[in-house]
Parts: sequence; structure tokens; C-alpha cells
Amino acid sequence: MAKEKPDLVYGTLDMLILKALQHDPRHGLAIADRIHQMSKDILRVEQGSLYPALYRLEAQGLIKAEWGVSDNNRKARYYKLTAAGRKQLSAEKEHWVRITKGIDFVLSGA
Amino acid sequence: MPRLRAWFSRLFGFFQKNRRDVEMADEMQTHVDLLTERNIASGMSQTDARNAALREFGGVEQIKETAREQRVWRWADEFVQDVRFGARMLLRTPGFSILAILCLTLGIGTNAAVLSWIEGILVRPYPLVAHQDRMFALNATTRGTPGYTGLSYPEFLDYQKNSTLFESFMIDRIMGTSLSVGDRAERVPGGIVSANYFDALGVKLLLGRGFRPEEGEGRNAHPVTVISYRTWKDRYGGDPNIIGRLQYLNGVQHTIIGVAPERFHGTFIGYSFGFWVPTSMQETFDTTGYKLEDRSARWIEGFAFLKPGVTRQQANAELHAISQRLEKDYPEINRGRDLSIVPLWKTPFNQAGNMTSTLAITLAVVFLVLLIACANVSNLLLARSLLRRHEMTMRLALGAGRRRLIKQLFTESLLLSLIAAAGGIAVAYWCRNALVLAFPSPVAGTIIDLSGKMDWRVLAVSAAICIGSTMLFALMPALQASHVDLSGALKTEGGGVAGGKGRSRLRSALVLIQVSLSFVLLAGAGLLLQSAQQIQNASPGFSTDVIVTGADLFSAGYKLERAKSFHTQLLDRVREIPGVESATLARLMPFSYGVFSEARLEFDAYQPAPDEITSLSYVEIGEDYFKTLGIPIVAGREFQRADDENALPVTIVNETMAAKYWPEKDPIGQRIKMKDRWLQIVGVAKNVNYDTKQEPPRSFFYVPVRQNFVVSNNLLIRTRQTPNALRNALAREIHALDSTLAPTAPFRVQEQVDRKGYTQQLAATLIALFGAMALFLAAIGLYAVMSYSVSQTTRELGMRMALGAGARDILRLVLSRGLRLTIAGIVIGGIVALLLTRLLGDLLYKVSPRDPLAFSIALIVLIAVALVSCFVPALRAARVDPARALRV
Repeated sequence: MAKEKPDLVYGTLDMLILKALQHDPRHGLAIADRIHQMSKDILRVEQGSLYPALYRLEAQGLIKAEWGVSDNNRKARYYKLTAAGRKQLSAEKEHWVRITKGIDFVLSGA
Repeated sequence: MPRLRAWFSRLFGFFQKNRRDVEMADEMQTHVDLLTERNIASGMSQTDARNAALREFGGVEQIKETAREQRVWRWADEFVQDVRFGARMLLRTPGFSILAILCLTLGIGTNAAVLSWIEGILVRPYPLVAHQDRMFALNATTRGTPGYTGLSYPEFLDYQKNSTLFESFMIDRIMGTSLSVGDRAERVPGGIVSANYFDALGVKLLLGRGFRPEEGEGRNAHPVTVISYRTWKDRYGGDPNIIGRLQYLNGVQHTIIGVAPERFHGTFIGYSFGFWVPTSMQETFDTTGYKLEDRSARWIEGFAFLKPGVTRQQANAELHAISQRLEKDYPEINRGRDLSIVPLWKTPFNQAGNMTSTLAITLAVVFLVLLIACANVSNLLLARSLLRRHEMTMRLALGAGRRRLIKQLFTESLLLSLIAAAGGIAVAYWCRNALVLAFPSPVAGTIIDLSGKMDWRVLAVSAAICIGSTMLFALMPALQASHVDLSGALKTEGGGVAGGKGRSRLRSALVLIQVSLSFVLLAGAGLLLQSAQQIQNASPGFSTDVIVTGADLFSAGYKLERAKSFHTQLLDRVREIPGVESATLARLMPFSYGVFSEARLEFDAYQPAPDEITSLSYVEIGEDYFKTLGIPIVAGREFQRADDENALPVTIVNETMAAKYWPEKDPIGQRIKMKDRWLQIVGVAKNVNYDTKQEPPRSFFYVPVRQNFVVSNNLLIRTRQTPNALRNALAREIHALDSTLAPTAPFRVQEQVDRKGYTQQLAATLIALFGAMALFLAAIGLYAVMSYSVSQTTRELGMRMALGAGARDILRLVLSRGLRLTIAGIVIGGIVALLLTRLLGDLLYKVSPRDPLAFSIALIVLIAVALVSCFVPALRAARVDPARALRV
């Protein structure tokens, strides 16, 4: 298992990556940037966790990689959501909402 | 689904490891480049930007490794690593590897070869015969009479008719005749078979047809014959128009109706039949009379095929029930009679039965070879694990898991035994073909089908042996290595001078174990070898140099009177041939294919028990028979020319018969009644073997041929000449009496004895071969362990030399140490062997389990090997520069 930073809830990295890829294919750095940006600078993805997660997702068939050219004309590996990945994303999202709701209830309960 | 995909992807990734590694590096490089560019854009210098990017990215290799773990089967990855590492380790110590692989290869190879050979003989003995798993031998018995007694034809038909669980019954009775084609006569074994023979066996004839059902019936009604491929090729030159050709067999003209396929030799182990005739022709080939309607004439041997799914127990129960009904219907004749079926390898009437003890010895010896090989390899591995202790300790210290270590050692020995197994199977394959090449039939008429397939059973057993030994070898050193006390081991292994006391004790223990094990195994192999030799060399009790010849009077249409005068004249002429010491006649030569005459006897002075069978075998012989064959007469006299039809009927009995029927009396002068005639006993002859060397002593008697004449007789000649040298003279004498006769080519009785003991002889040769291999393996094993042990003390020896010891002192030291250990090992091994060899019990034939010869050979060999294996490394050690030895 990839080591997770304490500021990222265990097991959520895969979901965040899938979310970051929801609309456009991106390369590794862009994925990290995207998560950073979408979390309003709260979450930072370590490269040390990012790549193992990417390979894992790829091996599971949730994302697909292709070589492409970056904005500044560099060859880069672009990751794209597969149909299975899309399904997985919505499933995890639902799951997450339910869990957090539950946790909220517990924490805000009297 | 994602799981499965992930699995495939990993598997795929595993095979494409290198390409994927390059891609991964590229990708991470891009990442770092992009970060660098970004840093430059924010105003850093080129170098700073790059360093910052690398810092941010973290350890590239660690990330790669973590990423890799996600991708590839870790287990498979490690396995490949282990295999590579194992291969490297094996290559680093080629001496060890070659030795270990050689030992295992020989062990496994010989085992597989012998197993497939034995399996071929015991389980599927008959080439081209279908469904041998459902084929069983008929074993008819009479209560109160030990061993097997044949079936009579009416009995056979009763069983065949009344049983429901059998697919077929068939008769296969061995007999022999002389086959004259052109001017050449030759003795050929043949079979009297039931008409369904070829159909029941599923053997398709090469030419012509098999027997029709009606051809089995009627007294001498169907003179037809199927000949073997060999007969067709050798005697008829492969004549394509052979079908329909006429051939005299035992004086009756037969029509050749079929030719058997090339690899079919009949269903009698050890013999290659030349022809087959249907049961209707029984009388023609059995000079003791017509038996097809005689319920008490038990001459039939045969087989039965069970219906699919029927067990032997069910079948035997049915046969037993039929036997009881027959006993009720024919109380006089069938009292106490029973029939059962036995597996082919227990067939009571062919060489399979005789062979089982020899085969068991072979198997035991081969097992010993494998055991020695295993002991060698495990000792070698153990020795090496001591050598590698430092390496193991280091790995443990550096963080390798114990499990990982065990796995790695396991892989290493797996590699070792896989190579050995592959080699072993190759050796087995080669050996099996070599067996066929090395043991061609020594005499015509014998055959062993050695080209038995290497079937799955053999492969499974070999694989099991292989995996078993791997476990054994792998686990011992691995467990030992994994129980190392880290800090302590690192200290002593690294810098100690003399190596701890514990280590030298362990080394001594290794040598001790190897010596004592080898001793036990060598002594055991030696005993078995001697036993096989004893069986081989056992004398049948008569001189086997005697030459046999004769003429086919049957085929020539001789009647009794003419045959009598012919034989009398021939005997007189032959006795005049220079070099002939004596000559005699006999209806059957010893160990012949034929059936001895048998008769129910009554006695003057002996009252048989109500149930007792007093039928005994006898043979009709001429004067000087005992002199010619060298059989001692222990009392009375031997037959003379005067014992003819005008004289008082006489007989000679053997010792067993004399002891049984006249235990307290002098048998000379006593009388027995045979076929309504009283015979007076004039002599007692020493027991001999009559049919096989393994037969138990039995009652047997002789009658003068002149008082019991038959047309066809053998001429037995005692001479110093070779059969070939005598050949022309014999032919001349026979032709002088009748120029139309075809003389039988003369041969020594030994040939016939060899024919009957062919399979035995083969096994004995094999045992000798494997015994030699056991010796060789034990020797290299001892050498390896001993020389390893000595080489381990090089440092100590160097120190002694540095302190002033000369080369001579070093040699003396090493040799005396080695010898002390060897002798201690031999003493231990000797005690163990004395206790264990008793287990060989039944396998030993005329050899004591404490036979001094086997023990002393083991002793001498081990001491010699021990001396050599101490001497060579000691010499090397003595020559070594002390300074270098200390640094080792």
C-alpha cells in the first residue's frame, strides 16, 4: 500500500484522482495540481503516493494512459477515465457522502 | 471484474517488465522536467530549479519500487529473483552443483528406468494386448496340494459356461516342437490355445485369420496354425503367399492360416512363441495322451478378462461358487478343487512368478541407490549451508526476512532437483533404450519386451521422489540457517581463527553420518548382489554341458517299432563318435517346454491318507542317463541296457520321494504300481531341478524308456566337444540310418536352462550394474564430504605450519583424523547394518544377512575412499603457503 500523508484521509486518494480526471485527461503533475487547486490549496498530493496510485488504478482498468504532448511541448503520459472508472467515481462519491454524513451526525450529536 | 483485470494486467506487466520500467522512468522524468520548468518560470536558476524539483518529487527509485509493487505479482517477481540468484549460486560452486546434480540424476534416472521396466513386466507384460488391466491369470488349486495345479478341459468349459462376470476365458498352454522347414529343424516353443485366443486378446493378425470357434473342438479335427512374425520372416523368408501353405508339426500336416503381428510374442513371459494351434490339436502336441474329454487331466493354463467394472473379489466369489457346484456334481474328481484369478504378475505358470523375488531385489537395490544419492546431496547441502552461514547471517542482519531466506534456499534446491529430474528422466529414457540394446535375447525363443512405455505412473513416481528429496534437502539447511544467532554468528564467522569447537564437531558429525550411512547401504547392496549371483549360479543339480539333439521322427511318420530300432542303432553309432563320453535317450530333456508324464501311484508299503493325491511326475529315460547328466545315484543302481520290455519293470526314485514314502526303510526293492504294472525300485537318485531353478524339491521318478517307449526321443550326449563340432558327425550318423530325416541342430542343455532363466539373468545383470552404481555414488559422496571437511581446516593447518609443523606432520594429522572418523563411522554403520539387514530376509537367497563378504567389501571400499579423500585435500593443504592459508 502506498503511504498516505496524514492530511489525506486514508483511501481517498484514488477517489480524488478519479475526480480530477472527470472531465479532461491529464498527466501526473497536472493531476496533483488539479487536486491542489480544487481543494482550495488544502490538499497536497505527494508524488510518492501519486504514481503508485496511478499504476494501481491503471491495473484495475479504472483509468487508461496514453502518451501525449503537454502545453509546453513535452512528451507526457496522459491519464483518462475509463467507463469503469466513471462508474467507480460515482459509486465512491455516493459512498463518501453517506460516510461523511454519518460522521457528521456522530460528531455533532449531543 | 476489476480484480481479475488487475490480475491479468499484473501478469502481463510481469512479462513486459523491462519495457514498463523504461516507460515509468520516462514518465517520472517528465514530471521532474515539468516541475523544473515551473520553477524556472518562477525565477529560479537552472540548477536551483532542478534541485528543487527533485527535492519535491522525492526518491525516484523508492517511488518506482513502490509503484512496481502495485503492478507486478510480487511473488512472481521474487521468484524470478530467487531463481536468478539460485542459478548464480549454483554456478559459483560448479563442483558442488555438478556433484549434487549427478548424484540425483543417477538416482532418479535409474529408479525411473527400473520402475518402468518392472512396471512393463508386471503390469503390462504383453505387447499389443488390449485391456491388460482387466486381464488375470487362472489359478486352479486342489485342497491339500500346495501350489498351482492346472485345469482340465471339461472343467475349463464348465467355468466358462457358468460364469457371468467375465468377458472371456482363454487357454494358453505352452509346448514345444521341432519345426522343420526345408532341411533345417529347430525347436520352437508354441501354444495350444483356445479358439477365441486372438479375439479375446484384441490382437489383430498381420496376415490371414485367427481361429474359428469350431476349430477348437473335435479330436485332432482342425490341423490349422497361426505362426509368429519371427517364424514367418526367419523360416519362410517372409513369403507373402504363406497363407494356405502346409507345414508338418509333430507329424501332422497343418495349414498355416495366419501370421501374428511383429511385436506379439504370445502370453508367456520370457518366451517368444513361434506358432499357435487350437485346443482341438492337443493330442498331437502332448504325447501323454488325449485329454479334451478327461476331467481329471489337468493340463490347462490360461487367462480371463473381467467385464469392465467387475472387481477381482466379485469374480473370485463367483468362481468359488461354481467350484462348489462342480464338487457336488463330480465328487470323485473335483473334490477340493477351486479356481481363482490372480494378477498377471503373480501368474503361477510362467516366469513372472519366478521373477518376483528377483524383481524385488532389483527394486530394493535401486531404492538403495536413490537413498545413497539423497544422503549424498543432503550431506553436501548441509556442508554447504555451514559454508554459507556467514552469508545467511549477513542477509538476516541486513533485514531479509527469515521466510524470504527459507524461500530462497528452497528455490535453490528446487532448481537443483528440477535440473536433476530432467536429467534423470533423460537418463531413464536413454537407459531404457540401452537395456534393449545391451540385452538382446541370448538364445532364440526368448524375449523380454523392454521397450515398455514411460507412462504416467513412472513419471509420477519419479516426480514424487524428486519433490520429496527437494523438501528434504531444502528444509534442513534453511531451518538451520534461519536459527542463527545474529550477533554471535557474525562475530565468530567473521574473524575467528580456528572456527568454533561447535563447527568442527558438526563437521565430524557429517563425515560420521556419511560413512555410517554408506556402510549400511553398501553392505545391503552387497548382500542383495550376492543373493542375485547365488540365484544365477545355483546349479540345477545336473551337468548343463550335455548336448541335446535328435531327429523329428514324428514328422517323418515313424511308428513305435521303427522308432525303437532307429534309436537303438543311433545310440550305438553316436557312442562310437570320437570325443563322446556317454550318450542316452530321454523323452524330455531337463527344463524342456514339454510336460512330464504323470501317473497315479499305488504303493506296497505306504497307505495314503483319504484326501491325498498320489499323482507324481516322471520321465522316460535310457541307460546311462544319470552318468551322462552327472546326477549321483545315492543308493542302488542306474538303468541298464538290459532293463527292456522283456525284463522286470523297474524304476528309480529321487531322494524326496524316497524320504516321503519309505521314511524308515530302504526303498531299494520296494514296489510302486503305475498303470496296472508293478515297478521295482532299483535306485535312488539325488534331487535335481526339473523345470526351473526356483522350484521347491518335489517327488519325482524315472522309468526306463525301453519299457515305456515313445516315438519322439531326445539324444543326450556327454562330450568335451562343442555342439558345432559334433554337428556334422551327428548328421552323418542320422543320415546313414535314414537319409530323409532332418536332424535337430545340437545345442547344450545350458541353452535351454538359460532360456528358462533368461529374465532372471537379466535382472541379475541389472542388479550388478546398480550395485556398482551404489558403490560409485557412495564413494563420491564420501569423497565430497571428507574433502570439504578437510578443506575447512585449511586455516588451522596453516597455523600449525606457521608454528613449525612440516608437510609430513600435516599429512599425518589429517589422515589420522579422517581415519579415526571413518572407523568410528564404520563401527556405527556396522552395528546398524547388522540390525537392519535382517529386514532383507526373504530377498536373500542362500546368503546370510551377516555375510562377511558383503561387510568386508563395504569396509575396504569405505576405508580406501576415505584415505583418498583425506589425502588429496591434505596434500593441497600441506603445499599451501602458511601465510595465505591464515588469510583464507
